[in-house]
Amino acid sequence: MSKANLLDRREVVATLLAHRKDAVAIGGLGASTNDMAAAGDHARNFYLWGGMGGAAMIGLGLALAQPKLPVVVITGDGEMLMGMGSLATIGLQKPANLSIIVLDNECYGETGGQTSHTSATTNLVGIAKACGFADARDVSTLAEVEAFANAVQDLSAGPRFANVKIDAASLERILPTRDGMYILTRLRGSLGLNPM
Amino acid sequence: MHARADTAAEQAASWPDEIFAVLERFDVRQVPYVPDAGHSQLIERVLASGTMRGIPLTTEEEGVALLVGAFAGGQRGVLLMQSSGVGNCINMLSLTQVFRFPFLTLVTMRGEWGEFNPWQVPMGATTQAAFELCGIRVLRASHAQEVRDVVEAAAAQAYNALTPTAVLLSQRLIGAKVFVK
Repeated sequence: MSKANLLDRREVVATLLAHRKDAVAIGGLGASTNDMAAAGDHARNFYLWGGMGGAAMIGLGLALAQPKLPVVVITGDGEMLMGMGSLATIGLQKPANLSIIVLDNECYGETGGQTSHTSATTNLVGIAKACGFADARDVSTLAEVEAFANAVQDLSAGPRFANVKIDAASLERILPTRDGMYILTRLRGSLGLNPM
Repeated sequence: MHARADTAAEQAASWPDEIFAVLERFDVRQVPYVPDAGHSQLIERVLASGTMRGIPLTTEEEGVALLVGAFAGGQRGVLLMQSSGVGNCINMLSLTQVFRFPFLTLVTMRGEWGEFNPWQVPMGATTQAAFELCGIRVLRASHAQEVRDVVEAAAAQAYNALTPTAVLLSQRLIGAKVFVK
């Protein structure tokens, strides 16, 4: 499935998170959450192993609750397609500190590589723009990933959306914790919020 | 969503204001909703509020995910929907079991008590069982006088005991919509 000139997903995510500062990062179900783990565990990494289609909305709830923090959702094309309506919901709320980046390999990599809608007809950047995202971009180089990583830190100009065409190669699984209560309590702790 | 009733009785109802007061008291900040006539008065109060943010959704499961993020960021929320939306939430409700976060939803019922639309009946008839299969505790209010107490009890167990809870606001309370004789 490898194609020339497509970005390596691990490199994209590592670049995105290298200078994250205070940012909270939410990883959508599938390989995206593994990519975040591969870039290094972090108290502000929020890994999803289910709830497909919900990553962007978790990002919205967090972004509205913590408007002074950059919140970045890192997910795949299949997960984003399942939650496409959430782009309309986010476009209406306009959280200035929320960024969504889709790692688009044009297929469902976890389930055997079946092609997704983005391989043929669906343009997620076009959808984000049509939902009111003023900043919605296609990304195809690491320099553009770095530029987006910098933009994530700007809390005045979101929501923003980036679609990165990545190589569809399946990589070694680097598994983060699957314990939801652990990651939730850990993230809240890092924000100064106590357990019950 | 169905047409909003404009009867004097509904406009004068005080229970939506009582729900709003309970939500204020529990410091609820994010209120995702898919509109319903039975929730219209409460939604208007939320949208006019200085402390709560009303968040219109395209489909109800968005609200379940949103409330996870809200709690992760330190805010409480409540999801407003009608019974037909409960079916849209099923897989996303797994987040209530995985995260044990304070999930509260207020559901206006269709498909019971004088329903005229057969399309509302299948989901209305299975709403409570669907919630319970998903591990959500269900409380019900059928009369205006009990709404405040029921919502208060639900909010207390959701926010203080981290027990995911749904309140069903009966069609008997809201009034059945009748477009035919």
